[in-house]
Amino acid sequence: MKILIVDDFSTMRRIIKNLLRDLGFVNTAEADDGSSALPMLQNGNFDFLVTDWNMPGMTGIDLLKAVRADDKLKNLPILMVTAEAKRDQIIEAAQAGVNGYVVKPFTAAVLKEKIEKIFERVDAAK
Amino acid sequence: MSGADNFEGQPELLDELKERARGLVSSLELGDFSNAAELIRQINEARDRSIYREVGKLTRGLHEAIVNFQIDAAQSSADQEKMSKIANAQERLDYVIGLTQRSADKTMDMVEEGIPVAEQLGTSAKSLHEEWQRLIRREMKPEEFRDLYHRIDVFLGETVERSGVISEKFNSILLAQDFQDLSGQVIKKVISLVQEVEDRLVDLMRVAGQVEQITGIFGAADVIAAAPAAAVADVVAEGPQIKAGERTDVVSGQDDVDELLSSLGF
Repeated sequence: MKILIVDDFSTMRRIIKNLLRDLGFVNTAEADDGSSALPMLQNGNFDFLVTDWNMPGMTGIDLLKAVRADDKLKNLPILMVTAEAKRDQIIEAAQAGVNGYVVKPFTAAVLKEKIEKIFERVDAAK
Repeated sequence: MSGADNFEGQPELLDELKERARGLVSSLELGDFSNAAELIRQINEARDRSIYREVGKLTRGLHEAIVNFQIDAAQSSADQEKMSKIANAQERLDYVIGLTQRSADKTMDMVEEGIPVAEQLGTSAKSLHEEWQRLIRREMKPEEFRDLYHRIDVFLGETVERSGVISEKFNSILLAQDFQDLSGQVIKKVISLVQEVEDRLVDLMRVAGQVEQITGIFGAADVIAAAPAAAVADVVAEGPQIKAGERTDVVSGQDDVDELLSSLGF
């Protein structure tokens, strides 16, 4: 299970990386915005994407749309972990095809629950 | 110090305008157009002088507010020297980011270093505990007991040492939270600067409104005042919601997010 973590704040990437490691996911990579994440996703055989929304350069929502528009990547499960908390934004992310949405600040338990739920669905769809 | 009050508090200007206006009327009645034109020019000049004076006052006020934007949050002399070089809000806020990043890194370093120490202690204790159970059940041979005897001594020594290491890491984590105080103070300064700038801008608007009244140009200020807060059609990233509880267009936590998503069929 290879996971890409995208956030412009290294602190948040590190927190997510540590929480994922705690959940047994040790194979992670990091990117600081959508434009550096997209080529990594296209070349890197990732199984899961965790992304922030608000980033300089390419935002998380644009990354989400780009992934869904890419034939090779369109089925990649995506969890959004963001401080963006407007209803319109959550609806936009849902319509763009996000698999889960976690608002910051979050707890380890919430992150775990959402990730497990996403994989349950992915497995059920297989 | 409101701009409108200052403008009204300029009787000499109003007297000058009145006097020139009377002169203008009588010049026109006498058919002295060149004198009338000269008076109109003087009226304009008086009006302009007053506007420049107000703008000058406000500019000085703004400049003072920015110059006065000093920090006293930093306590150590090294920090103070560093802070005194920071001349504007952007750098101050960058400083806050630096402080918080340093603290977060420090905290996570300590946690990452502490976890394996605690895990090693747990592993040793678990293995000794199993041996001890065998001893209690009298399943242990004398030579195995001698080995256990020695291992317990080593374990107790390690426990003393490692629990000291863990305490030290906890203390470092505690200390790494000092950024909250410093960054909080810096941010408060930035907030009050922004507030001050806003107040001065409001003053500037008042002066502009006053000028328009005197010059007979109505409307512009009303239009600005009446313009609704820019309606943003696109979904724009806003960052953390400070008062999520007071807004209806914002979710107040993960439960709300889950509810909204499930209503969308998630």
